[in-house]
Amino acid sequence: MTLAVDVVVRRDDFSVRAAFEAQPGETLALLGPNGSGKSTLVDAIAGLLPPSEGSVILDGTALDDTTHPAHVTPDRRPIGVVFQDLLLFPHLSALENVAFPLRARGVPASEARDRARRLLERLEVDGRAGARPRELSGGEAQRVALARALVPAPTLLLLDEPLSALDASARPRIRDLLRRELRAFDGVRILVTHDPVEASSLADRLVILEHGEVTQIDTPEQVRTAPRTRYAADLVGVNAFLGRLEPSEDGAGRLVTDDGEIVVPWPEWDVDGDVIAIVRPADITLWLEQPTGSARNVTRGTVTSVSVEGDRARVRIKSAPSLVAEVTTGSVERLGLREGAEVWASFKAVEVELYPA
Amino acid sequence: MLGLVIRTPWSRIGEILTSETALTALRLSLMVAMAAAAISFVTGFPLALALARGSFRGKTLVRTLVVLPLVMPPVVAGVGLLAAFGRRGVLGSWLYEWFGVQIVFTTWAAVLAATFVSFPLAVLALEAGMRGLDERLEDAASTLGASRWYVLRRVTVPLMGPQIAAALVLAWARALGEFGATITFAGNLQGRTQTLPLAVFERLQTDPEAAFAISMLLIAVAFAVILALRGRFLR
Repeated sequence: MTLAVDVVVRRDDFSVRAAFEAQPGETLALLGPNGSGKSTLVDAIAGLLPPSEGSVILDGTALDDTTHPAHVTPDRRPIGVVFQDLLLFPHLSALENVAFPLRARGVPASEARDRARRLLERLEVDGRAGARPRELSGGEAQRVALARALVPAPTLLLLDEPLSALDASARPRIRDLLRRELRAFDGVRILVTHDPVEASSLADRLVILEHGEVTQIDTPEQVRTAPRTRYAADLVGVNAFLGRLEPSEDGAGRLVTDDGEIVVPWPEWDVDGDVIAIVRPADITLWLEQPTGSARNVTRGTVTSVSVEGDRARVRIKSAPSLVAEVTTGSVERLGLREGAEVWASFKAVEVELYPA
Repeated sequence: MLGLVIRTPWSRIGEILTSETALTALRLSLMVAMAAAAISFVTGFPLALALARGSFRGKTLVRTLVVLPLVMPPVVAGVGLLAAFGRRGVLGSWLYEWFGVQIVFTTWAAVLAATFVSFPLAVLALEAGMRGLDERLEDAASTLGASRWYVLRRVTVPLMGPQIAAALVLAWARALGEFGATITFAGNLQGRTQTLPLAVFERLQTDPEAAFAISMLLIAVAFAVILALRGRFLR
């Protein structure tokens, strides 16, 4: 049940070139800034926009192939798509929306409705079964759209920006739901997003797309350690900590993660639920001895990898919590940084950026 | 319109409108208009779809031909239909020889004449509706396993409900008022081709008051149409 994509897709005067494979049971994130060609690629995989070159092969079957001309129409692809703008049918109730794919396949109305209702129950939105899409909240609509994509039991699930339309308060619950559903789905899972945090928290591997080209395919961990481009370094290659925020004595906060604690500034917004803290690798200073200074976050750890990119190096440190620091290659030599070396790392609390999870 | 309101014999209106000839004309008018609207819709829908979505050579020409009946004098349309479907017409002679069917001066001729003039309105209204439709919804439906026919039936047509209603009402109203093409092509035969406008025309020479009364009826229908379309086409 592998998906193998190797295509050039053109839309208007924009073209996307991408080659990647996705294995069953893994979640692959297509990550890139707006305008990088993500949605074009989604349309190509879904069959709405045939590639001008290359092939899309799912489970050994060519869905598209320009060398042995083949094109399987969207309605015959075993692919469930949740579109960015959901595209729920406004004239049908939530339940009828979810029953639609089954009805289209000739399943009798009562059975289709039963199966749709069961899925809505699993996604905890069955109480809104009779509502029209415009009466649903963002989170409810997202659940209905997910149910509609899942109900015909596709072998490939394609989620396009599933959290972007939600307000911050609805996001954590839907993210948890997505994580659960993605884990339970045993086919190929593809998540399309411009949000590195979303990608890193839900995906096993990232396909980074910039200006219509794939610039890196790696695990989030590898991208963090060795980003190939500025975009990857700036957005993906950051230290991101998910945890619970607790007030500390002096107006600051302590972010408690599974992997240790860090001191952070108290946010200006109302804290409700988990928080994500971002620390840029370049903001982390490394020391051979315990530093005494103004930095509130000081931790000790072991270097697990050093990867050099030009005159900069990314240093992974196993500590509580684990960190990636970016230093000059000069510093690497001066401090004798190599695998196994013991170092101290420090960063200021004010350099930590906080976001609601 | 004011003149008509003043001249209408309000005391006699009930009697005139329930007279045998008026009722026959009304019944025939309603039937002809409904048939014309239905035919315009059924044949106009695929054409509107092609005009809104398709890209083919001669699209401009097709659109011009569709709109033409709107701007050409109905009497010319009648003459044209006569040339095509008359006993010695291009198609008419053929129909008569092979099937013994004669269209001209029958109710079918009235329907054909009314269809001819209402068809452009139906196509234009449907095409506008299709352009306003979010095609991504149809894309979504196809990724959910719906064939093109199923998408048309369960997504496109239901979403176009209001526009389809508008197209039907417009076509129906135009068909109801058709005069020139009908009298030329179908004649003025009571009970067969004499629709309300034809009845008005005839009555004007014999009983002007009755003509005024029937005219008021047609105005009332026009008002009803506008009310029905309010909030859809007219705001």
